[in-house]
Amino acid sequence: MPNPTSRDTASAPTVESDALLRVKELAKRYGPRPVLRGISLDVAPGEFLTVLGESGSGKTTLLRLIAGFEQLDGGQIWMGGERLDPVPAYRRPVNTVFQSYALFPHLSVFDNVAYGLHAARADAKEIPGRVANALAMVKMADFAKSAPARLSGGQQQRVALARALVNRPQVLLLDEPLSALDANLRRQMQVELKSLQREVGITFIFVTHDQEEAMALSDRVALLRAGYLEQIAGPREIYGKPATAYAAQFIGQTNLLHAEVRDGIASSGPIVWRTFGPSGRATYSLRQESIRLLPEIPGLPSADVATARFRGEVRNQSFGGAMDLIEIDCGSGCTLRARIPMPGILTGQREFEFDANEAVRVRESGDD
Amino acid sequence: MYSRAYKATVTIPPLLWVTVFLLVPYAILFCYSFWSVSPAQTIAHNWSLQNYAQLIHNSLYIQVLLRSMRIAFSVTLLALALGYPLAYYVSFYTQARKELLYQLVIIPLWASYLVRGYAWKTILGSDGVLNGLLQYFHITHQPLEFLLYSPFAVILTLTHIYTPFVFLPIYASLEHVPRTLVEASQDLGASPWATFRRVILPLSLPGVLAGATFAFVLSLGDFLAPLLVGGSSGVMISNIVVSLFGAAYNWPLGAAISLCMLLIVVTLLFAAERLEKGLTVQ
Repeated sequence: MPNPTSRDTASAPTVESDALLRVKELAKRYGPRPVLRGISLDVAPGEFLTVLGESGSGKTTLLRLIAGFEQLDGGQIWMGGERLDPVPAYRRPVNTVFQSYALFPHLSVFDNVAYGLHAARADAKEIPGRVANALAMVKMADFAKSAPARLSGGQQQRVALARALVNRPQVLLLDEPLSALDANLRRQMQVELKSLQREVGITFIFVTHDQEEAMALSDRVALLRAGYLEQIAGPREIYGKPATAYAAQFIGQTNLLHAEVRDGIASSGPIVWRTFGPSGRATYSLRQESIRLLPEIPGLPSADVATARFRGEVRNQSFGGAMDLIEIDCGSGCTLRARIPMPGILTGQREFEFDANEAVRVRESGDD
Repeated sequence: MYSRAYKATVTIPPLLWVTVFLLVPYAILFCYSFWSVSPAQTIAHNWSLQNYAQLIHNSLYIQVLLRSMRIAFSVTLLALALGYPLAYYVSFYTQARKELLYQLVIIPLWASYLVRGYAWKTILGSDGVLNGLLQYFHITHQPLEFLLYSPFAVILTLTHIYTPFVFLPIYASLEHVPRTLVEASQDLGASPWATFRRVILPLSLPGVLAGATFAFVLSLGDFLAPLLVGGSSGVMISNIVVSLFGAAYNWPLGAAISLCMLLIVVTLLFAAERLEKGLTVQ
């Protein structure tokens, strides 16, 4: 049902009427231990959503609830206007790519891919063509007759993808599908996965613990922590404007500044900058690459109000190619880490600065 | 590398054992099967095939052998029909009670075979537990005679004894079916029945085959159950061998029958192994 009030923000993928999959107040316990605590999120058609979190954050449980392998203890799952959570797994219009691939060892690659078509009682004449197309899509057409055990991890991964996509699910669930691959193959598969998703236009819900992978692939990232949804936003937004200290630390490298705010001025030890938040104690996230090194020349123009300057002693410097990681001791127990492009060898006291609006006020973890 | 002394210590005793208690007796049996009994009731060492000829020409032996195979086959089917669902249930649908149920299936194996045989005798006899109950509830008015001393009683007793042997390998193979494969099957739209038929059953066939082989081979050679509960209509081939080596005093004929059975069993085991290799997926 199109909702007139939500039309105004139709461009946002989270709008109710646009959502393909809605998860409402989802709760799950294993025995007395809560695994998911009131997760709500919407997934738009064709979206690539990554569920990111550490092990134990509940990300795989969320996926298994959507797939129907687990029963929920609270909340609802909706898809296309219908309740999904009472539907048994084998009747849900979703397919899963398992972390272990879960290819049937007694069936050939062809029969593995045809499995879902047989189960759906697809027209027998269509099956060979559809299987061949799916295998061609993942570049495995030459392996149709092979046994899964004879394939490498990456090849099994491709077959698992073909097997899930051949059924043209409305949503494809991927449970850490790349985690068993080595680094190079992994990067290659990330690129292929992304272009495959654009090609087929199917909604992907991708679970991973790897924040770089999440950044690289996703339209949006849902960050889970201990069963709570910490933040859900586009990768650039979640990186640039992390909602919580945890989000800031988990996604990218950051400095957390515990500051005292008074009349629009935040101060953390010797560092002082302009801010717009309310007064009181607050935590700010300052990305390592937001800190700039000032040249050691006399007569440097003084900083404007939007820039924060501070002096500090360079304590540690490690070479990192394009950017060096340096540790700055600014006194009063304040240590910052900065990534400086090509700084040469640094010693002693130096002057640094950052733009005040790059210090992002975040909720302290546990504030919810 | 192991020293020669170590290798000799671990290999020679079992080799000796097998030679003295297996190979030599088989060789003796083999020789006996070509000899004969003289009118003076001594073993005559004149080589001939007459024992084997007698086996083929005397329909009694063929009949009993066929009956034994029929009984063994029935036991195998019944034990599979009982053992598979039980193993499936214990493996897939019990969580905390899994260990307990598993032990309950195993415990009967600890009781002596003889005790279990006598127990069935007590249950099935004409004034036994079962007939007593049936008459008490006025379901029957006189004892059912076919319960004891019949092929039925033999099949029942052997099924009871060998069902755990069928359960165990099937349970083991079901436990080795990765649960993600079951989930993958459901995920691809297969109903629970289709998942069982297309994933679980094919992957557990090696266990079914091993269990069936156990049940068939052990039942075929059994002589205690027919002795205790079989009566004259439940005689099996091993009972004949026992009597030929005992009261009938015809060791050569007994040896010939034994060797025929050995041949049947070895062929079966060989075929089962080949089949199992074909079924097992790396």
